[in-house]
Amino acid sequence: MKRFLLAASFFATLLLLWEAAHRAKIWSPVLLPSPGQVVRYLESAAADGTLAKATVITMRRLVVGYLIGLVMGLPLGLLTARWKLFHDTIGTLALGLQTLPSVCWVPLALLWFGQTEAAMLFVVVMGTLWSVVIATETGVRNVPPIYRRAALTMGSKRLHMWFKVILPAALPFIVSGMKQGWAFAWRSLMAAEIFVTILSGFGLGQLLHYGRELNAMEQVIGIMIVIIVIGLLADKIFFSPVERFLHRRWGTSQA
Amino acid sequence: MSKNFRSASGPVLALDRVSLNVAEGEFVCLVGASGCGKTTLLNIIAGLEKPDSGTVLADGKPITGPGRERLVMFQEPALFPWLDVFGNVLFGLKLKPNLTNKDRRDVAKYYLELVGLSRFEHANIHELSGGMKQRVSLARALAPNPRVLLMDEPFAALDALTREQLYGDIQEIWKARRKTIVFVTHNVREAACLGDRVLLFSPHPGRVQEEFTVELPRPRDINSVDLAAYATRITKALKSFGHAGATVTG
Repeated sequence: MKRFLLAASFFATLLLLWEAAHRAKIWSPVLLPSPGQVVRYLESAAADGTLAKATVITMRRLVVGYLIGLVMGLPLGLLTARWKLFHDTIGTLALGLQTLPSVCWVPLALLWFGQTEAAMLFVVVMGTLWSVVIATETGVRNVPPIYRRAALTMGSKRLHMWFKVILPAALPFIVSGMKQGWAFAWRSLMAAEIFVTILSGFGLGQLLHYGRELNAMEQVIGIMIVIIVIGLLADKIFFSPVERFLHRRWGTSQA
Repeated sequence: MSKNFRSASGPVLALDRVSLNVAEGEFVCLVGASGCGKTTLLNIIAGLEKPDSGTVLADGKPITGPGRERLVMFQEPALFPWLDVFGNVLFGLKLKPNLTNKDRRDVAKYYLELVGLSRFEHANIHELSGGMKQRVSLARALAPNPRVLLMDEPFAALDALTREQLYGDIQEIWKARRKTIVFVTHNVREAACLGDRVLLFSPHPGRVQEEFTVELPRPRDINSVDLAAYATRITKALKSFGHAGATVTG
């Protein structure tokens, strides 16, 4: 309770400072709207449905691209961990491409796919894929050999070995890779949406972009807050419970 | 049941023309300094490694790979951290065909009770002490009902008190279940306490140099005077190989 109160008063202070800065008129009120104006924008955007529509469009792109990235990345990671040939080829490629900021895929995606949903998906998949490949490979390579040996003597082999021993043993690595992939995908999608107007749907990034075009600062800040909240919720709803489970089972300290 | 084994492995001769027979229900201890090849021998019996020459026979058939008739209990607990205690004991059972899930659960429960850990069936592995982990390992190895139990210095990392308790437990379980046990250790007293027969290894290359038959009534107390006399004789023999690597700790 005490922690909650401290955190709450911290954020209340931030809001007060913001309001005070707005009232002191140090900057033009166009550049720094009051918290109230931002809230009113969010209310109206929620009321006329633009906010919900944009959020749905953005989340759909993100989730579909992310899932494709996972579905491709996990098997690729297993292949690179299992066979030297894949490690030297796909593994090296993944390592290289992972260092490439995923927003760098945007120009290429636009030329290849034009202003389409495919371009958006491509950017998200590229953001997710390589982190997942690398994390899966690292995870599998770090499985202590003794687990394998113990499982072998108990009659585990091939698919059973992969699904009941190696993948579970590599889970902590894989989950952290999934989390990193999620973060990369989210960032690259926002960059892509801000850069590119796609007629098939206005996402949150596009709302942000039009906020700038219209000099509507309350819209820019309001959408930024929505983006932050979505990021936080994804973490709390999807990743935190899994990480808590891993910490409890493995006995690693909770960071 | 017999095992015949002759091998020379690799450029370093880990085991040189080793031959031994283990009878059904026998408790055999392999003793020697670190690096004398006794773990290699155990791994070959388990089917985890292959000999370069010679064969191991189990029930007259050559061993070609790992199998659940020969389960291993490793020095470090090889328990799976993603499963709880019960899940670990159940792991090998799930791979055993022709059992209903209820049978499997009952068997797992029985062995957890045998090692005195019924209360901890839902504990996570990291919550257990070293001794408890090795008890779970023992239950996991016993549960699929192997013909042979291979133990590779399973108590080496435990404190003396816990170890003494486990000497009692393992003798009781051996009496109750009549498993064939091959037990690797560098601890002479431990070997004299547990084994029907104690085989002494010399290193570089690994060879079986001498064999002792321990004729003491069971259950044996690791601290008894008679046992100490055996341990002294065995240690003397070990030292005569010119490698005083083995330890005589209680």
